[in-house]
Order: sequence, then C-alpha cells, then structure tokens
Amino acid sequence: MIRALHRWLGLPALVLVTLLAVSGTALSVFPAAERISAPQAEQAMSVADLAARIKAAFPEVEQIRRSPSGRITAYWFDGGTPASAVIDPATGAATASADPNPVQRWLTNLHRSLFLDDAGRIAMAAGAAAMLVLAISGSMLIARRAGGWRRWFAPLRGPLAGRLHVELARGAVLGLLLSSATALWMTASTFGFLPDKAVVPELPSGVSGTTDAPLASMPLLAATPVSSLRELSFPNPGDATDVFTLKTDGGIGYLDQGTGATLGWAGLSGWTRVSETIYMLHTGQSAALLGLFLGLTALAVPVMGATGLLLWLTGLKGRPRIRDNAAPGCAETVLLVGSEGGSTWGFAATLHSALTRAGQRVHTAPMSAFDPGRFSGARRYVVLAATYGDGDAPASAKGFLDRLAGLSAAPAARLAVLGFGDRSFPAFCAYARAVAAAAEGRGWPLLLPFESVDRQSPQEFARWGLALGAALGIDLELNHLPVRPEVKELMLVSRRDYSDDVQAPTAILRFALPSLSAWRRLTRRGFARFEAGDLLGIVPEASPVPRFYSLASGSRDGFLEIVVRKHAGGICSGELMALEPGKTVAGFIRPNPTFRLRRDRVPLVLIGAGTGIGPLAGFIRANTSRRPIHLFFGMRLPGSDFLYREELEAWAAAGRLSSLSTAVSRGARPRYVQHALTAEQLEVVRAIREGARVMVCGGRQMAAGVAEALTRILEPLGLSPAILKAEGRYVEDVY
Amino acid sequence: MRTIFAALALATALTLPGMAMARPVTLAATLKSYGGNGAYLAIYVTDPKGAYAGSLWVAGTKSKYYEHLSDWYRATGGNTAEINGITGASVGAGRRLEITLDLADALFDAGYTVHIDAAAEDMRDSPNEIAVPLTAQGAGQSVPGRRYIANFSYDL
Repeated sequence: MIRALHRWLGLPALVLVTLLAVSGTALSVFPAAERISAPQAEQAMSVADLAARIKAAFPEVEQIRRSPSGRITAYWFDGGTPASAVIDPATGAATASADPNPVQRWLTNLHRSLFLDDAGRIAMAAGAAAMLVLAISGSMLIARRAGGWRRWFAPLRGPLAGRLHVELARGAVLGLLLSSATALWMTASTFGFLPDKAVVPELPSGVSGTTDAPLASMPLLAATPVSSLRELSFPNPGDATDVFTLKTDGGIGYLDQGTGATLGWAGLSGWTRVSETIYMLHTGQSAALLGLFLGLTALAVPVMGATGLLLWLTGLKGRPRIRDNAAPGCAETVLLVGSEGGSTWGFAATLHSALTRAGQRVHTAPMSAFDPGRFSGARRYVVLAATYGDGDAPASAKGFLDRLAGLSAAPAARLAVLGFGDRSFPAFCAYARAVAAAAEGRGWPLLLPFESVDRQSPQEFARWGLALGAALGIDLELNHLPVRPEVKELMLVSRRDYSDDVQAPTAILRFALPSLSAWRRLTRRGFARFEAGDLLGIVPEASPVPRFYSLASGSRDGFLEIVVRKHAGGICSGELMALEPGKTVAGFIRPNPTFRLRRDRVPLVLIGAGTGIGPLAGFIRANTSRRPIHLFFGMRLPGSDFLYREELEAWAAAGRLSSLSTAVSRGARPRYVQHALTAEQLEVVRAIREGARVMVCGGRQMAAGVAEALTRILEPLGLSPAILKAEGRYVEDVY
Repeated sequence: MRTIFAALALATALTLPGMAMARPVTLAATLKSYGGNGAYLAIYVTDPKGAYAGSLWVAGTKSKYYEHLSDWYRATGGNTAEINGITGASVGAGRRLEITLDLADALFDAGYTVHIDAAAEDMRDSPNEIAVPLTAQGAGQSVPGRRYIANFSYDL
C-alpha cells in the first residue's frame, strides 16, 4: 500500500518535483551570497542613528528597509527621480544597486508559479504536496526495509540504483520534509487561507501638525536596535498630517513627524509570526546555512527520481504483475514472498491468481512487509520463501524473523510455508526452514507441514498446491510456467580446453557480446554493463531452468568469458562443452553485486580452485590500477588444468598480479589450496594487516577448508573470517 | 490593454445627495518598464478634507500583499469587503490598465482627489504614486506617476 502510493505518486510527480528541487537549489545560493556581501550594522546601533545618517546623505529619503540578511536598502527621490541603493550603515552612503537581481526573480517565478500565476502556484503546491507525501511514505519504506526506525542507517545490499535511492533519501529526507511542508504553508498564506494578515494600528486621529522633529529625538526610533528593524517609512514631504511608519520584528507603529511621539502601535499576531518564521525557514533568509542545507538536500531529488524510475522499470521486468491484489485489511489469504532474484514472485503470482479464481480475496506482499496488524481480515498466511547464500534472508524477506520475534503473540490465522531452493546446496531451503521453525517456536498454528520445491520444479509446486487446496476445501490447480528471463543468443567465438586426462574436462569459453538496443545501452543494464563476478545465466535447450556461471570478464573487455567443467549427467555443462565456435546458446546477465571488485585500492587475497578461478582471473585482468593482488589457486594437475596459465604470467609481468601460489591435488604430494594459504601465512597476515579483502570462489568443500585454515591463520591477529565477513572484507561465491 | 466595467463602485461608499446622477469614466494607467514583477495598484478617492472616501479599483488579487499599498491599507485596514467585485490582476511592467466605471457627477469639481498607491515585489512601496483632483477640466490630461506609473488619465 505504502509502496504503491510512493510509486504511483512518484512517477507522475517526477518532472514537477525535479523542477521544484533544481530551482530551489539554485535559489538557495542567494541568501548566503547576500549575507556575505551586505555591510552589517554594528551591534548597538539604533534606528534613530541609522535614519539620521541616511537622511544626511539623502535628504529626500522616503523609506529604509532591512532584509533578514541584514542588508539595508534606502529609497529616496533625487530631484524628482526615484532612486535606491544598498546602504553601508556605518556611513549612510550607498554601496551597491538595490535593483532586484533578474536571475533570482526569474528563478523565483519559475520555482513558485512556473510563470503561470495562480494556476502555476497551484501546480507547484501540488508538487510540494507530492514531495511531502513521497518523503513520508519513503521514510516508512526505509524503516520497513531496514527492520525498524532504529535501524535507519543499517547497511544496504542490492543493486546500485536501489542503494543510491535509499542512501540519498536517508540523508535528504529531513530537508525535503521541511522544504515541502513550509512550501504548502506559504501557498496557503499567499492564497489568504490563513489568518496571518498584517495588522495595522488605527490611523492616528490627532497629529501635531508640525514637522521636522530631529530623528534622534524620537524615543521609539532611539529605543529600536537596527537588528530588529524591518522598515521605516518617512512622511510625505509637504503633508504635515502624514506620519512616520515603523515596522519591526515586533509590530507596526506610527510616529508624529513634529513631536516624535509614538501615535499608535500594533504587535504582530501569532499567525503572522509563524508565517514569517516559516518564510525564513523555507527561503533561508536570515538563516543562510539552513538555506544551503535545504538546497543541498533538494539536489538529491533528481537523482532519487532517476533511480526511482530505474527501480520501477527493473521491478516491472523482474517481477510478474500481481493482478487483483486485495487490500491488506480485507484479504482472507495473505501471501508473503521472500525472493532474491524474482523467480519466487512468479510462483506467488501463479498461486495468487489460482486462489483468486477460486473466489478468495488474496493479498500478496513481500515478507518484509509482514505486519499482522495490517492484515486484520486474514484467515490464513502462506509464505513462499527462497534462500540467500548460506541460509540468509532473501532481499524481499529482510526483517521478517525480527518482526515475528517482536510480536506479542503469533497470529491466530494458520500458516503454510513453502521453501524454494536447489538440493545440490547444503543450505537447501535453509531460510524457509528457519521461518517454519521460528513460527513453530512462537506457537503459530500450521495449516500445512513445511514443504519445499527443488529447482523451480512445476510438478512439486503443483503437488503442494493440491495439498493446500485440500486443506482449504477447494480445487487448486497450479500450472506454473517459470518466467523465462529475457535472453540473448550468444555466439561462441573461441574455446580453450583443459584436462582431458582427469575425467573432468574443463574449458574457458569466450562469447561475443550480443548487439543491444539503444535503450539497453542507455540504461546500461544487462549485457550493456556487467563486471567480472556477475553471473551469466545459460538456458540450456533441454530445460527451461537456467544455470549460472561466474563471469571472468566485464563489459569493458568486450566479450563474455566463463569457465565450465563438465559434470556427469549435467544438462547445461554438457551442452556447453559440446558447443563449437560459431554456434550459439541463450543467455542473460544476473548482477551479483556482493562478489565484485570494489573501487578502492586495498590489497586483495583471491582464493579459488578449479573453475572458481574464473571471476578471480577477471578481477586480475581488470586490475589496471595495479593494486596488490595475491592469488591462491588450487588445481588437479599442472599439465592438464592450470587454467589461465599464460595470462597469469603476463599479468604478473604487467604488475596486475603481485604473487601466485598454487596447490596441486593429484600427484606425489597432494595439496589443496588451503595448504598453500598456510604455507604463505606470513604473506596473508601482512596483507590482512594492510586492510586486504579476501575473496573466495569455488566448490563448497574448498570454501570450508579455506575458512578453517584462515581461522587458524587469523587467530593471532584477534580476527576471524566471521569478523572479516561482518566488515565486508571476506566474501565468498561458492557452488 | 484591459478594459473593465465596474458598476457604481462608489455608490455604496459615498452617500451624497444627487448620487443618482452618474457618468461613465475611463481610468487609464500605463506602467513604466521598472524591471520587476507585476505591480499592485490601489485606485481610490479622498474627500475635500483628505479623508478616504472609497475605492475604485485594486489591481492584484493576493490580499497578503495589500499592506504594501500602504496609504490605502492604512485607510481601509486591508478590508477586502471594501473592494469586493472591483479587483483584477496585477499589472506587468510596461503594460496598460484601463477601467471604465460609473462615477457620480457630484464627485467632480467638488474637491475630491483620485489617488493611486503602487508596489511591486522586492521593490519600493510607492504610496500616493498619483494624486489628481477630479475636475471636468482635468479629464483627458495625462499625469506622470512617481515611480511605477508612466502616465495616468481619466476620460469622461
């Protein structure tokens, strides 16, 4: 609901809000410039002194104004010609022109009314209202995503656009709230909706009828410091019945021009004061630093607009549309989805439409939006959850377990949990199992026992659907067609084959970049922009389910390179190993931001075995800045599967690779890569001391062995792989 | 160029014998190119003693800014009931305002004076920008303003 509001308000308001923000940023510079350039009055100076000085310099002075920045302007007649200037209060002399700055005037009119007068003011006020709602709804989304307001600044994960969007929002939201709320107040004030009209004292009935009292003798002027002056208007020359009008930050009063006596006074009303404060906050007048801060926060708006748009487009492609999504409050079945890459959303969409067809009111939401208070009509919950890494929550399920633990009691409506995963991983459905266990621990009644779906199997899903239907007393037929990612035909341009003699043929395959549409190139998505460590999904002919390979090249290299080992009975690896140059396979890019080269200069310790060297070789290839890189590589036999041997030698010679340690697992003295680590532990310790990041890629067993060896090596430093992981200095890509 | 017909604005403000006799009068003001946003103008009449008698026209619709028409505001307290139905848009720099309204015969050659207060955003307030006596003879004669108005005239 909040997300829908944020999105469907944000998209149409994008242009207007961006215009408001950019013009506002440009305007924010002026008060600061005025504050710096305007000569200021000394502390104790009175209005009487100032007026006398100006009167001496300009005998026909008509009005003196002081802006909130402290700038003093005088208006006078010079032999019948109106004139004005910025005044130096120390001398009373003119220092600069007081004509309004045409650029500032142009920007102001754009900012508040698009040069369209009232219609424009209303449009811009709508823009400000949109910004206010976006700021509030966005904050709620951030809090929900982070798992609570207290975790506002929790570290972020995921693609760059999303991180940038939230990162900027976290810093800018306060300024945007202030800017938009004050803008609405000012519009209301301009249109006369607020009782903040200036109050003037009753016109004095009796004036002395004399003129030319010395300014210094007027008690009110002598008692008013320049710092509280707004405006002093002189009486009309030749009109003995006219009076001095003094406006200060406290009110308005009249003074007799013959006697100097105060003839009337009206204080500012509370509403007027509030409106003036709000004007000051919005424009930065008299608070130049605040103005600059607001301007700076507004600068985040165009970037948030662009990233928001990108997020929406990405979501549009990555996640199927849920049709007929019931409001959370009136849904009887609540479908919660924990998905990392988006495929689980596809299953959710199938289930959603089947349940809806069976006459149910269903609400589908990410697991991170779990909040039983919002689902007041829920009679059952269904959780569809994938797993991230070694049992972590997938992106759309963040914070779910914390929320469940934080409930005073588990919901009474019964629960079914279905896990999605890949049985070849030891942590198969680990997160979904953790959810089921936590629910059981809280005494949440079960609708169905825990079930799992292996490798997106439509059959297993359909079987579970029958069980769910039986529990609900309805016919539930789930025909799930996995959403096929948008693939490109990739042509193999070259291949290098290794290790025919160890019964595990391995090859480095290089594909040409596919031709891309202008839109793709512009948005730099998919094949237009990838890096070593990202994943190449290959959809084999014999199965609709893609297999993923770590990329050993980035888009800058101009080709796609992966390392493939033939598995016994492997569908995809079999097809790839049989592929001849000139032939094609269907593939797509999946970003893998956690296993990428970061843009810093810290040393790297790269550890890999077998095909795991692929992305590591890609990192070394991309190391044009020659940061120190230590590579530990485990192979079977140097004569058969020393992948990238020639390149590694060339990269070492070019300074892209600092050291290479290899381990050979077949032969007289079998050694694994963790043994090489232990042998070079002094080197490893030194690198870690220098802030090195450890990146591990390869099989699960190897990764476990490496973690064990590193635990021993790091112990004297008071460090461990777990600590480094928490700091983001130890990342794994294991399979 | 704008032409506005305001009906008997002063009839409610002034209770003078012979008010029933009225004639159409056209007031025209051309603004200087003063390089600012649209000017607010208040056109009003004072009696032979100099006291405020009634408003003829106010250009500018945001009552928030009326305080800058300072003489007129002081006389009326910015009471918008005073100018109900006789307001229009502010007048841009270099533009011309023209209003036709019915003015009582009794106001002419009787010591009444037409005043204009003017103001523009972030620029000086110019109360009493124009002050011309209402006389049959003065009709059609152009008078310059002090700051914003290049010339002003009324035609019978």
